[in-house]
Amino acid sequence: MKVFALSKRILQQLIRDKRTLALLIFAPILVLTMLYLVFDGEEYVPEIGLVNIPEPVTEKMEMSDAGVTEYQNEVEAYHGVASGRLDGYIKIEGGEPLVFLEGSDPGVNSEVIKWVQSALAGLEENGKVADLELDYLYGSEDIGTFDYYGPVLLGFFIFFFVFLTAGVSFIRERTTGTLERLLSTPIRKWEIVMGYLIGFALFTVLQSAIIAWYAIYILDMLMVGVFIDVLWIILALALTALTLGILVSSFANNEFQMIQFIPIVVVPQIFFSGLFNLDTISDLLSWIGPLTPLYYAAESLRDVMIRGYGWSDIYMNLLILLLFSLIFIVLNILVLRKYRKI
Amino acid sequence: MTSESSVSIRNVSKSFGRKAILKNIDLEIQKGEIFGLLGPSGAGKTTLVRELAGLDSPTEGENYVFGEKMPSLKLMKRIGYMAQADALYEDLSAEENLKFFSSLYGMKGKHQNERINELMELMGLSDHLSERVGHFSGGMKRRLSLVISLLHEPEMLILDEPTVGIDPILRKSIWNFFYDLNKKGTTIIITTHVMDEAAKCSRLALMQRGIIVASGTPESLKKETDTETLEQAFLVYGGD
Repeated sequence: MKVFALSKRILQQLIRDKRTLALLIFAPILVLTMLYLVFDGEEYVPEIGLVNIPEPVTEKMEMSDAGVTEYQNEVEAYHGVASGRLDGYIKIEGGEPLVFLEGSDPGVNSEVIKWVQSALAGLEENGKVADLELDYLYGSEDIGTFDYYGPVLLGFFIFFFVFLTAGVSFIRERTTGTLERLLSTPIRKWEIVMGYLIGFALFTVLQSAIIAWYAIYILDMLMVGVFIDVLWIILALALTALTLGILVSSFANNEFQMIQFIPIVVVPQIFFSGLFNLDTISDLLSWIGPLTPLYYAAESLRDVMIRGYGWSDIYMNLLILLLFSLIFIVLNILVLRKYRKI
Repeated sequence: MTSESSVSIRNVSKSFGRKAILKNIDLEIQKGEIFGLLGPSGAGKTTLVRELAGLDSPTEGENYVFGEKMPSLKLMKRIGYMAQADALYEDLSAEENLKFFSSLYGMKGKHQNERINELMELMGLSDHLSERVGHFSGGMKRRLSLVISLLHEPEMLILDEPTVGIDPILRKSIWNFFYDLNKKGTTIIITTHVMDEAAKCSRLALMQRGIIVASGTPESLKKETDTETLEQAFLVYGGD
Protein backbone atom coordinates (compact mmCIF):
# COMPACT_ATOMS: atom_id res chain seq x y z
CA MET A 1 0.00 0.00 0.00
CA LYS A 2 3.08 2.20 -0.23
CA VAL A 3 1.84 3.34 -3.63
CA PHE A 4 -1.40 4.68 -2.24
CA ALA A 5 0.37 6.29 0.68
CA LEU A 6 2.57 8.06 -1.78
CA SER A 7 -0.33 9.10 -4.02
CA LYS A 8 -2.12 10.40 -0.97
CA ARG A 9 0.87 12.40 0.11
CA ILE A 10 1.23 13.92 -3.35
CA LEU A 11 -2.42 14.92 -3.40
CA GLN A 12 -2.06 16.44 0.05
CA GLN A 13 0.94 18.46 -1.08
CA LEU A 14 -0.92 19.61 -4.13
CA ILE A 15 -3.89 20.72 -2.10
CA ARG A 16 -1.58 22.63 0.25
CA ASP A 17 0.05 24.36 -2.72
CA LYS A 18 -2.89 26.53 -3.71
CA ARG A 19 -0.90 28.29 -6.35
CA THR A 20 0.06 25.20 -8.26
CA LEU A 21 -3.51 24.08 -8.04
CA ALA A 22 -4.79 27.37 -9.37
CA LEU A 23 -2.25 27.33 -12.16
CA LEU A 24 -3.17 23.84 -13.27
CA ILE A 25 -6.74 24.98 -13.69
CA PHE A 26 -6.60 28.63 -14.68
CA ALA A 27 -3.56 28.69 -16.94
CA PRO A 28 -5.15 26.42 -19.57
CA ILE A 29 -8.37 28.42 -19.33
CA LEU A 30 -6.45 31.64 -19.83
CA VAL A 31 -4.44 30.34 -22.77
CA LEU A 32 -7.48 28.81 -24.44
CA THR A 33 -9.40 32.04 -24.04
CA MET A 34 -6.60 33.97 -25.63
CA LEU A 35 -6.32 31.54 -28.50
CA TYR A 36 -10.03 31.88 -29.04
CA LEU A 37 -9.89 35.67 -29.08
CA VAL A 38 -6.85 35.71 -31.30
CA PHE A 39 -8.08 33.25 -33.91
CA ASP A 40 -11.71 34.22 -33.81
CA GLY A 41 -10.85 37.80 -34.60
CA GLU A 42 -12.31 39.75 -37.49
CA GLU A 43 -11.51 39.01 -41.10
CA TYR A 44 -8.56 40.98 -42.33
CA VAL A 45 -9.72 43.98 -44.38
CA PRO A 46 -7.00 45.14 -46.74
CA GLU A 47 -6.34 48.85 -47.29
CA ILE A 48 -5.97 49.46 -51.00
CA GLY A 49 -5.20 52.51 -53.08
CA LEU A 50 -6.56 53.09 -56.55
CA VAL A 51 -4.32 55.20 -58.79
CA ASN A 52 -5.96 56.94 -61.69
CA ILE A 53 -8.57 54.32 -62.29
CA PRO A 54 -11.22 55.86 -64.55
CA GLU A 55 -14.60 56.56 -62.93
CA PRO A 56 -16.59 54.11 -65.09
CA VAL A 57 -14.23 51.32 -64.14
CA THR A 58 -14.35 52.00 -60.40
CA GLU A 59 -18.10 52.03 -60.58
CA LYS A 60 -18.13 48.55 -61.96
CA MET A 61 -15.60 47.22 -59.43
CA GLU A 62 -16.78 45.24 -56.45
CA MET A 63 -15.69 47.54 -53.64
CA SER A 64 -16.78 45.65 -50.56
CA ASP A 65 -14.46 44.01 -48.01
CA ALA A 66 -11.66 46.52 -48.39
CA GLY A 67 -10.78 50.04 -47.42
CA VAL A 68 -10.36 51.86 -50.72
CA THR A 69 -8.73 55.23 -51.26
CA GLU A 70 -8.44 56.93 -54.64
CA TYR A 71 -5.24 58.69 -55.61
CA GLN A 72 -4.56 61.11 -58.47
CA ASN A 73 -0.93 60.10 -58.80
CA GLU A 74 1.22 57.13 -58.04
CA VAL A 75 3.69 58.95 -55.76
CA GLU A 76 1.04 59.60 -53.11
CA ALA A 77 -0.10 56.01 -53.23
CA TYR A 78 3.48 54.86 -52.95
CA HIS A 79 3.92 56.92 -49.78
CA GLY A 80 0.74 55.42 -48.49
CA VAL A 81 2.25 51.97 -48.86
CA ALA A 82 5.65 52.95 -47.48
CA SER A 83 4.12 54.51 -44.37
CA GLY A 84 2.04 51.41 -43.74
CA ARG A 85 -1.36 53.05 -44.33
CA LEU A 86 -1.97 50.95 -47.42
CA ASP A 87 -1.31 47.30 -48.02
CA GLY A 88 -0.97 47.98 -51.74
CA TYR A 89 -2.33 49.90 -54.71
CA ILE A 90 -3.58 49.20 -58.20
CA LYS A 91 -2.91 51.15 -61.33
CA ILE A 92 -3.76 50.51 -64.94
CA GLU A 93 -0.77 50.55 -67.25
CA GLY A 94 -1.28 49.99 -70.95
CA GLY A 95 -4.70 48.54 -70.27
CA GLU A 96 -3.22 45.94 -67.91
CA PRO A 97 -3.74 46.17 -64.14
CA LEU A 98 -0.59 46.33 -62.05
CA VAL A 99 -0.64 45.63 -58.31
CA PHE A 100 2.00 47.11 -56.04
CA LEU A 101 2.24 45.39 -52.65
CA GLU A 102 3.79 46.32 -49.32
CA GLY A 103 4.96 42.75 -49.35
CA SER A 104 6.34 41.92 -45.93
CA ASP A 105 3.43 39.80 -44.69
CA PRO A 106 2.63 36.90 -47.01
CA GLY A 107 -0.82 36.60 -45.42
CA VAL A 108 -1.70 40.19 -46.23
CA ASN A 109 -0.23 39.83 -49.72
CA SER A 110 -2.58 37.02 -50.56
CA GLU A 111 -5.56 38.89 -49.06
CA VAL A 112 -4.84 41.85 -51.33
CA ILE A 113 -4.35 39.70 -54.40
CA LYS A 114 -7.56 37.82 -53.66
CA TRP A 115 -9.46 41.08 -53.32
CA VAL A 116 -8.02 42.58 -56.50
CA GLN A 117 -8.91 39.46 -58.44
CA SER A 118 -12.50 39.46 -57.27
CA ALA A 119 -12.83 43.22 -57.77
CA LEU A 120 -11.56 43.02 -61.31
CA ALA A 121 -13.65 39.96 -62.05
CA GLY A 122 -16.68 42.22 -62.45
CA LEU A 123 -14.98 44.02 -65.33
CA GLU A 124 -14.34 41.06 -67.53
CA GLU A 125 -17.00 39.72 -69.81
CA ASN A 126 -16.26 36.09 -69.11
CA GLY A 127 -15.50 36.69 -65.46
CA LYS A 128 -11.90 35.59 -65.88
CA VAL A 129 -9.01 37.78 -64.95
CA ALA A 130 -5.72 37.79 -66.76
CA ASP A 131 -2.65 37.15 -64.65
CA LEU A 132 -1.95 40.12 -62.44
CA GLU A 133 1.34 41.88 -62.71
CA LEU A 134 2.75 42.19 -59.17
CA ASP A 135 5.36 44.51 -57.77
CA TYR A 136 6.64 44.67 -54.19
CA LEU A 137 7.91 47.37 -51.88
CA TYR A 138 9.61 44.84 -49.58
CA GLY A 139 10.43 41.27 -50.23
CA SER A 140 9.12 39.56 -53.34
CA GLU A 141 6.74 36.83 -54.26
CA ASP A 142 9.39 34.52 -52.85
CA ILE A 143 8.89 35.78 -49.31
CA GLY A 144 7.76 32.76 -47.38
CA THR A 145 6.01 32.22 -44.12
CA PHE A 146 9.29 31.38 -42.45
CA ASP A 147 10.81 34.68 -43.56
CA TYR A 148 7.88 36.53 -42.09
CA TYR A 149 7.56 34.64 -38.83
CA GLY A 150 11.27 33.94 -38.45
CA PRO A 151 12.30 37.27 -36.91
CA VAL A 152 9.52 37.02 -34.34
CA LEU A 153 10.35 33.45 -33.40
CA LEU A 154 14.01 34.35 -33.18
CA GLY A 155 13.19 37.03 -30.65
CA PHE A 156 10.74 34.83 -28.82
CA PHE A 157 13.08 31.91 -28.26
CA ILE A 158 15.85 34.10 -26.96
CA PHE A 159 13.39 35.82 -24.65
CA PHE A 160 12.01 32.52 -23.43
CA PHE A 161 15.30 30.85 -22.61
CA VAL A 162 16.96 33.85 -21.06
CA PHE A 163 13.87 34.42 -18.94
CA LEU A 164 13.86 30.85 -17.71
CA THR A 165 17.58 30.43 -17.07
CA ALA A 166 17.92 33.74 -15.27
CA GLY A 167 14.89 33.04 -13.13
CA VAL A 168 15.89 29.51 -12.23
CA SER A 169 19.47 30.44 -11.43
CA PHE A 170 18.27 33.18 -9.12
CA ILE A 171 15.97 30.72 -7.40
CA ARG A 172 18.87 28.33 -6.94
CA GLU A 173 20.83 31.17 -5.44
CA ARG A 174 18.07 31.57 -2.91
CA THR A 175 17.34 27.94 -2.12
CA THR A 176 20.99 26.92 -1.67
CA GLY A 177 21.54 29.78 0.78
CA THR A 178 24.18 31.45 -1.35
CA LEU A 179 21.99 34.53 -1.70
CA GLU A 180 21.97 34.85 2.07
CA ARG A 181 25.73 34.43 2.10
CA LEU A 182 26.02 37.09 -0.60
CA LEU A 183 23.85 39.40 1.44
CA SER A 184 25.95 38.84 4.57
CA THR A 185 28.84 40.49 2.74
CA PRO A 186 28.89 44.25 2.20
CA ILE A 187 27.59 43.89 -1.37
CA ARG A 188 24.83 46.31 -2.34
CA LYS A 189 21.57 45.11 -3.76
CA TRP A 190 21.98 46.92 -7.04
CA GLU A 191 25.38 45.29 -7.37
CA ILE A 192 23.76 41.89 -7.20
CA VAL A 193 21.24 42.82 -9.89
CA MET A 194 23.88 44.37 -12.10
CA GLY A 195 26.20 41.43 -11.60
CA TYR A 196 23.52 39.11 -12.86
CA LEU A 197 22.72 41.48 -15.68
CA ILE A 198 26.24 41.77 -16.98
CA GLY A 199 27.04 38.10 -16.61
CA PHE A 200 23.97 37.08 -18.51
CA ALA A 201 24.33 39.87 -21.05
CA LEU A 202 27.77 38.61 -21.98
CA PHE A 203 26.44 35.13 -22.40
CA THR A 204 23.43 36.40 -24.33
CA VAL A 205 25.58 38.24 -26.86
CA LEU A 206 27.20 34.96 -27.72
CA GLN A 207 23.94 33.04 -27.64
CA SER A 208 22.03 35.49 -29.83
CA ALA A 209 24.90 35.85 -32.28
CA ILE A 210 25.01 32.11 -32.79
CA ILE A 211 21.24 31.70 -33.11
CA ALA A 212 20.81 34.70 -35.41
CA TRP A 213 23.75 33.62 -37.54
CA TYR A 214 22.32 30.13 -37.82
CA ALA A 215 18.85 31.38 -38.75
CA ILE A 216 20.10 33.81 -41.34
CA TYR A 217 23.02 32.02 -42.91
CA ILE A 218 22.13 28.38 -42.44
CA LEU A 219 18.34 28.43 -42.54
CA ASP A 220 18.47 31.23 -45.09
CA MET A 221 15.98 33.44 -43.30
CA LEU A 222 15.36 36.61 -45.29
CA MET A 223 17.85 39.25 -44.16
CA VAL A 224 17.88 42.62 -45.89
CA GLY A 225 19.27 44.80 -43.11
CA VAL A 226 22.50 44.84 -41.14
CA PHE A 227 23.41 41.86 -38.96
CA ILE A 228 24.74 43.94 -36.06
CA ASP A 229 21.39 45.76 -35.81
CA VAL A 230 19.71 42.40 -35.29
CA LEU A 231 22.12 41.69 -32.45
CA TRP A 232 21.38 45.04 -30.81
CA ILE A 233 17.66 44.31 -30.81
CA ILE A 234 18.11 40.80 -29.46
CA LEU A 235 20.46 42.00 -26.74
CA ALA A 236 17.99 44.68 -25.64
CA LEU A 237 15.23 42.07 -25.62
CA ALA A 238 17.37 39.62 -23.67
CA LEU A 239 17.99 42.25 -21.00
CA THR A 240 14.26 42.63 -20.47
CA ALA A 241 13.90 38.84 -20.35
CA LEU A 242 16.69 38.62 -17.80
CA THR A 243 15.46 41.37 -15.51
CA LEU A 244 11.88 40.14 -15.77
CA GLY A 245 12.99 36.56 -15.12
CA ILE A 246 14.81 37.51 -11.93
CA LEU A 247 11.92 39.68 -10.81
CA VAL A 248 9.37 36.94 -11.36
CA SER A 249 11.62 34.35 -9.68
CA SER A 250 11.33 36.32 -6.45
CA PHE A 251 7.71 35.26 -6.37
CA ALA A 252 8.49 31.58 -6.88
CA ASN A 253 9.64 29.28 -4.12
CA ASN A 254 11.25 26.65 -6.34
CA GLU A 255 12.10 25.85 -9.92
CA PHE A 256 8.72 24.34 -10.61
CA GLN A 257 6.92 27.49 -9.57
CA MET A 258 9.19 29.38 -11.96
CA ILE A 259 7.99 27.15 -14.78
CA GLN A 260 4.46 28.10 -13.81
CA PHE A 261 5.14 31.66 -14.89
CA ILE A 262 5.76 30.61 -18.49
CA PRO A 263 2.10 30.38 -19.54
CA ILE A 264 1.37 33.60 -17.69
CA VAL A 265 4.30 35.80 -18.63
CA VAL A 266 5.88 34.29 -21.73
CA VAL A 267 3.25 32.55 -23.84
CA PRO A 268 0.80 35.48 -24.07
CA GLN A 269 3.57 37.60 -25.54
CA ILE A 270 3.60 35.37 -28.61
CA PHE A 271 0.05 36.41 -29.43
CA PHE A 272 0.88 40.09 -29.45
CA SER A 273 4.30 39.93 -31.04
CA GLY A 274 3.03 39.89 -34.60
CA LEU A 275 3.07 36.15 -35.05
CA PHE A 276 -0.63 36.61 -35.58
CA ASN A 277 -1.84 39.61 -37.51
CA LEU A 278 -2.20 42.36 -34.93
CA ASP A 279 -4.96 44.13 -36.91
CA THR A 280 -7.33 41.23 -36.49
CA ILE A 281 -6.87 40.72 -32.75
CA SER A 282 -10.04 41.36 -30.80
CA ASP A 283 -10.25 44.87 -29.35
CA LEU A 284 -10.72 43.21 -25.98
CA LEU A 285 -7.06 42.24 -26.02
CA SER A 286 -5.29 44.48 -28.51
CA TRP A 287 -4.18 46.90 -25.78
CA ILE A 288 -1.92 44.22 -24.26
CA GLY A 289 0.53 44.22 -27.16
CA PRO A 290 2.24 47.54 -26.38
CA LEU A 291 2.76 46.38 -22.80
CA THR A 292 4.90 43.42 -23.81
CA PRO A 293 8.61 43.69 -24.61
CA LEU A 294 8.43 41.11 -27.39
CA TYR A 295 6.03 43.37 -29.31
CA TYR A 296 8.74 46.00 -29.81
CA ALA A 297 11.55 43.57 -30.45
CA ALA A 298 9.54 41.63 -33.03
CA GLU A 299 8.57 44.80 -34.87
CA SER A 300 12.16 45.99 -35.04
CA LEU A 301 13.48 42.59 -36.03
CA ARG A 302 11.03 42.52 -38.94
CA ASP A 303 11.90 46.06 -39.89
CA VAL A 304 15.56 45.18 -40.12
CA MET A 305 15.38 41.69 -41.52
CA ILE A 306 12.54 42.05 -44.03
CA ARG A 307 12.34 45.76 -44.74
CA GLY A 308 16.02 46.55 -44.42
CA TYR A 309 15.49 49.46 -42.03
CA GLY A 310 18.51 50.90 -40.29
CA TRP A 311 19.48 52.32 -36.93
CA SER A 312 17.37 55.48 -37.23
CA ASP A 313 14.20 53.42 -37.57
CA ILE A 314 14.80 51.01 -34.72
CA TYR A 315 16.41 53.12 -31.98
CA MET A 316 13.02 54.14 -30.59
CA ASN A 317 12.00 50.54 -29.98
CA LEU A 318 15.42 49.81 -28.50
CA LEU A 319 14.92 52.67 -26.06
CA ILE A 320 11.54 51.29 -25.08
CA LEU A 321 13.11 47.87 -24.43
CA LEU A 322 15.81 49.48 -22.31
CA LEU A 323 13.13 51.34 -20.41
CA PHE A 324 11.42 48.03 -19.67
CA SER A 325 14.73 46.67 -18.35
CA LEU A 326 15.27 49.75 -16.23
CA ILE A 327 11.84 49.42 -14.63
CA PHE A 328 12.46 45.73 -13.93
CA ILE A 329 15.89 46.50 -12.46
CA VAL A 330 14.43 49.04 -10.05
CA LEU A 331 11.69 46.60 -9.05
CA ASN A 332 14.31 43.88 -8.54
CA ILE A 333 16.28 46.06 -6.17
CA LEU A 334 13.09 46.86 -4.27
CA VAL A 335 12.12 43.20 -4.10
CA LEU A 336 15.56 42.24 -2.75
CA ARG A 337 14.61 44.23 0.34
CA LYS A 338 12.64 41.12 1.21
CA TYR A 339 15.96 39.41 1.92
CA ARG A 340 17.90 42.29 3.42
CA LYS A 341 16.64 45.70 4.43
CA ILE A 342 19.77 47.65 3.55
CA MET B 1 27.26 49.58 27.28
CA THR B 2 30.96 49.34 28.12
CA SER B 3 33.64 50.27 25.65
CA GLU B 4 34.61 46.61 25.46
CA SER B 5 31.19 45.55 24.25
CA SER B 6 31.12 43.96 20.80
CA VAL B 7 27.38 43.45 20.68
CA SER B 8 24.63 45.22 22.51
CA ILE B 9 21.09 43.95 21.97
CA ARG B 10 18.58 46.39 23.40
CA ASN B 11 15.00 45.39 23.97
CA VAL B 12 14.78 43.59 20.64
CA SER B 13 11.54 41.97 19.51
CA LYS B 14 10.86 40.36 16.18
CA SER B 15 7.65 39.06 14.76
CA PHE B 16 6.69 37.61 11.40
CA GLY B 17 3.09 38.52 10.95
CA ARG B 18 1.39 37.69 14.20
CA LYS B 19 4.00 35.19 15.23
CA ALA B 20 6.47 36.58 17.77
CA ILE B 21 9.92 35.05 17.33
CA LEU B 22 11.93 37.27 19.67
CA LYS B 23 10.51 38.92 22.75
CA ASN B 24 12.26 41.83 24.47
CA ILE B 25 15.79 40.51 24.23
CA ASP B 26 18.50 42.39 26.13
CA LEU B 27 22.02 41.08 25.84
CA GLU B 28 25.61 42.32 25.95
CA ILE B 29 28.43 40.36 24.37
CA GLN B 30 31.94 41.45 25.32
CA LYS B 31 34.88 41.73 23.02
CA GLY B 32 36.98 38.56 22.94
CA GLU B 33 34.27 36.24 24.21
CA ILE B 34 33.15 32.93 22.84
CA PHE B 35 29.48 33.48 23.40
CA GLY B 36 27.00 30.64 23.05
CA LEU B 37 23.29 30.90 22.34
CA LEU B 38 21.84 27.66 23.61
CA GLY B 39 18.29 26.56 23.00
CA PRO B 40 16.01 24.12 21.23
CA SER B 41 15.17 24.58 17.55
CA GLY B 42 12.56 27.25 17.09
CA ALA B 43 13.81 29.24 20.09
CA GLY B 44 14.76 32.18 17.86
CA LYS B 45 18.56 31.70 17.86
CA THR B 46 18.92 31.95 14.09
CA THR B 47 16.66 34.99 13.87
CA LEU B 48 18.76 36.74 16.51
CA VAL B 49 22.13 36.01 14.90
CA ARG B 50 20.81 36.95 11.45
CA GLU B 51 19.99 40.35 12.87
CA LEU B 52 23.50 40.63 14.28
CA ALA B 53 24.90 39.70 10.86
CA GLY B 54 22.85 42.48 9.26
CA LEU B 55 20.56 40.16 7.32
CA ASP B 56 17.45 41.08 9.21
CA SER B 57 16.26 43.91 11.41
CA PRO B 58 14.20 43.85 14.58
CA THR B 59 10.55 44.80 14.64
CA GLU B 60 11.24 46.69 17.85
CA GLY B 61 14.41 47.64 19.69
CA GLU B 62 17.95 48.03 18.38
CA ASN B 63 21.07 46.00 17.83
CA TYR B 64 24.46 47.65 18.21
CA VAL B 65 27.62 46.04 16.93
CA PHE B 66 30.98 47.67 17.72
CA GLY B 67 28.99 50.60 19.09
CA GLU B 68 27.12 51.26 15.85
CA LYS B 69 23.59 50.42 14.91
CA MET B 70 22.93 47.37 12.79
CA PRO B 71 22.21 46.78 9.96
CA SER B 72 25.04 48.65 8.29
CA LEU B 73 27.10 47.64 5.29
CA LYS B 74 30.17 49.20 6.89
CA LEU B 75 29.86 46.94 9.91
CA MET B 76 29.22 43.86 7.80
CA LYS B 77 32.77 44.13 6.51
CA ARG B 78 33.99 43.46 10.04
CA ILE B 79 31.74 40.45 10.64
CA GLY B 80 32.02 36.91 9.34
CA TYR B 81 28.80 34.94 9.14
CA MET B 82 28.26 31.25 8.56
CA ALA B 83 24.69 30.05 8.21
CA GLN B 84 23.40 26.55 8.87
CA ALA B 85 23.32 25.77 5.17
CA ASP B 86 26.76 25.47 3.63
CA ALA B 87 25.79 27.95 0.91
CA LEU B 88 28.42 27.01 -1.64
CA TYR B 89 28.31 27.00 -5.42
CA GLU B 90 28.54 23.27 -5.97
CA ASP B 91 29.28 23.50 -9.66
CA LEU B 92 32.36 25.62 -8.98
CA SER B 93 35.70 24.54 -7.55
CA ALA B 94 36.72 25.40 -3.97
CA GLU B 95 39.13 27.98 -5.30
CA GLU B 96 36.50 29.61 -7.50
CA ASN B 97 34.17 29.83 -4.52
CA LEU B 98 36.90 31.37 -2.36
CA LYS B 99 37.97 33.84 -5.03
CA PHE B 100 34.37 34.89 -5.58
CA PHE B 101 33.53 35.54 -1.94
CA SER B 102 36.87 37.16 -1.10
CA SER B 103 36.46 39.55 -4.00
CA LEU B 104 33.14 40.66 -2.51
CA TYR B 105 35.26 42.00 0.35
CA GLY B 106 37.52 43.75 -2.10
CA MET B 107 40.38 41.27 -1.75
CA LYS B 108 42.57 40.63 -4.76
CA GLY B 109 45.97 39.61 -6.06
CA LYS B 110 48.72 38.29 -3.81
CA HIS B 111 46.95 39.08 -0.53
CA GLN B 112 43.89 37.15 -1.71
CA ASN B 113 45.90 34.08 -2.72
CA GLU B 114 47.94 34.09 0.46
CA ARG B 115 44.87 34.33 2.65
CA ILE B 116 43.11 31.53 0.75
CA ASN B 117 46.14 29.23 0.95
CA GLU B 118 46.71 29.99 4.63
CA LEU B 119 43.15 29.16 5.65
CA MET B 120 42.85 26.11 3.41
CA GLU B 121 46.08 24.80 4.92
CA LEU B 122 44.72 25.35 8.43
CA MET B 123 41.54 23.46 7.58
CA GLY B 124 43.45 20.67 5.87
CA LEU B 125 41.85 21.35 2.50
CA SER B 126 44.93 22.45 0.56
CA ASP B 127 44.85 19.41 -1.69
CA HIS B 128 41.27 20.06 -2.74
CA LEU B 129 41.58 23.64 -3.92
CA SER B 130 40.80 22.90 -7.56
CA GLU B 131 38.22 20.22 -6.85
CA ARG B 132 34.55 20.83 -7.56
CA VAL B 133 32.63 21.50 -4.36
CA GLY B 134 29.88 19.17 -5.52
CA HIS B 135 32.30 16.29 -4.98
CA PHE B 136 33.14 17.35 -1.42
CA SER B 137 32.03 15.38 1.64
CA GLY B 138 29.75 17.04 4.19
CA GLY B 139 32.66 17.74 6.54
CA MET B 140 34.76 19.26 3.77
CA LYS B 141 31.90 21.52 2.74
CA ARG B 142 31.46 22.71 6.30
CA ARG B 143 35.17 23.49 6.60
CA LEU B 144 35.17 25.31 3.27
CA SER B 145 32.14 27.27 4.39
CA LEU B 146 34.02 28.24 7.54
CA VAL B 147 37.04 29.30 5.50
CA ILE B 148 34.80 31.58 3.43
CA SER B 149 33.44 33.33 6.51
CA LEU B 150 37.03 33.96 7.70
CA LEU B 151 38.55 35.23 4.45
CA HIS B 152 38.30 38.92 5.27
CA GLU B 153 39.75 38.50 8.79
CA PRO B 154 36.58 39.52 10.61
CA GLU B 155 36.75 40.92 14.14
CA MET B 156 33.62 39.02 15.00
CA LEU B 157 32.53 35.62 13.78
CA ILE B 158 28.87 34.58 13.89
CA LEU B 159 28.30 30.85 13.48
CA ASP B 160 24.87 29.30 13.26
CA GLU B 161 25.09 25.66 14.39
CA PRO B 162 28.62 25.27 13.01
CA THR B 163 29.22 21.64 13.98
CA VAL B 164 25.88 20.03 13.21
CA GLY B 165 26.39 16.76 11.38
CA ILE B 166 30.15 16.77 11.94
CA ASP B 167 32.06 13.80 13.34
CA PRO B 168 33.64 14.14 16.82
CA ILE B 169 37.23 14.28 15.57
CA LEU B 170 36.54 17.07 13.14
CA ARG B 171 34.40 18.83 15.72
CA LYS B 172 37.31 18.83 18.14
CA SER B 173 39.71 20.24 15.58
CA ILE B 174 37.22 22.94 14.60
CA TRP B 175 36.83 23.93 18.24
CA ASN B 176 40.60 24.10 18.64
CA PHE B 177 40.59 26.39 15.67
CA PHE B 178 37.95 28.58 17.35
CA TYR B 179 40.08 28.81 20.49
CA ASP B 180 43.09 29.88 18.41
CA LEU B 181 41.06 32.55 16.65
CA ASN B 182 39.66 33.70 19.96
CA LYS B 183 43.15 34.00 21.43
CA LYS B 184 44.02 36.35 18.60
CA GLY B 185 41.13 38.56 19.66
CA THR B 186 38.23 37.43 17.48
CA THR B 187 34.86 37.56 19.21
CA ILE B 188 32.88 34.42 18.40
CA ILE B 189 29.11 34.00 18.67
CA ILE B 190 27.82 30.46 18.29
CA THR B 191 24.32 29.05 18.29
CA THR B 192 23.91 25.47 19.37
CA HIS B 193 21.45 23.03 20.80
CA VAL B 194 24.15 20.61 21.96
CA MET B 195 25.00 20.84 25.65
CA ASP B 196 28.63 19.68 25.52
CA GLU B 197 29.30 22.28 22.89
CA ALA B 198 27.70 24.99 24.99
CA ALA B 199 30.01 23.99 27.83
CA LYS B 200 32.97 25.07 25.69
CA CYS B 201 31.77 28.67 25.48
CA SER B 202 33.06 31.33 27.83
CA ARG B 203 29.57 32.66 28.37
CA LEU B 204 26.09 31.45 27.50
CA ALA B 205 22.55 32.63 27.05
CA LEU B 206 19.76 30.12 27.31
CA MET B 207 16.97 30.83 24.84
CA GLN B 208 13.50 29.44 24.83
CA ARG B 209 10.50 30.57 22.77
CA GLY B 210 12.09 33.89 21.92
CA ILE B 211 13.09 34.75 25.46
CA ILE B 212 16.49 34.64 27.14
CA VAL B 213 15.73 32.66 30.27
CA ALA B 214 19.21 32.88 31.78
CA SER B 215 22.74 33.94 30.97
CA GLY B 216 26.19 33.60 32.50
CA THR B 217 29.25 31.38 32.41
CA PRO B 218 28.59 27.62 32.23
CA GLU B 219 29.84 27.35 35.85
CA SER B 220 27.64 30.11 37.20
CA LEU B 221 24.58 28.64 35.47
CA LYS B 222 25.23 25.26 37.10
CA LYS B 223 25.89 26.90 40.43
CA GLU B 224 22.76 29.05 40.38
CA THR B 225 20.56 26.06 39.71
CA ASP B 226 22.54 23.81 42.00
CA THR B 227 22.98 21.22 39.27
CA GLU B 228 25.84 19.07 38.05
CA THR B 229 25.46 19.50 34.31
CA LEU B 230 24.35 22.22 31.90
CA GLU B 231 21.62 19.94 30.71
CA GLN B 232 20.10 19.79 34.18
CA ALA B 233 20.56 23.54 34.54
CA PHE B 234 18.75 24.08 31.27
CA LEU B 235 15.88 21.90 32.43
CA VAL B 236 15.57 23.93 35.62
CA TYR B 237 15.29 27.19 33.68
CA GLY B 238 13.19 25.79 30.92
CA GLY B 239 10.94 23.55 32.98
CA ASP B 240 7.60 25.24 32.91
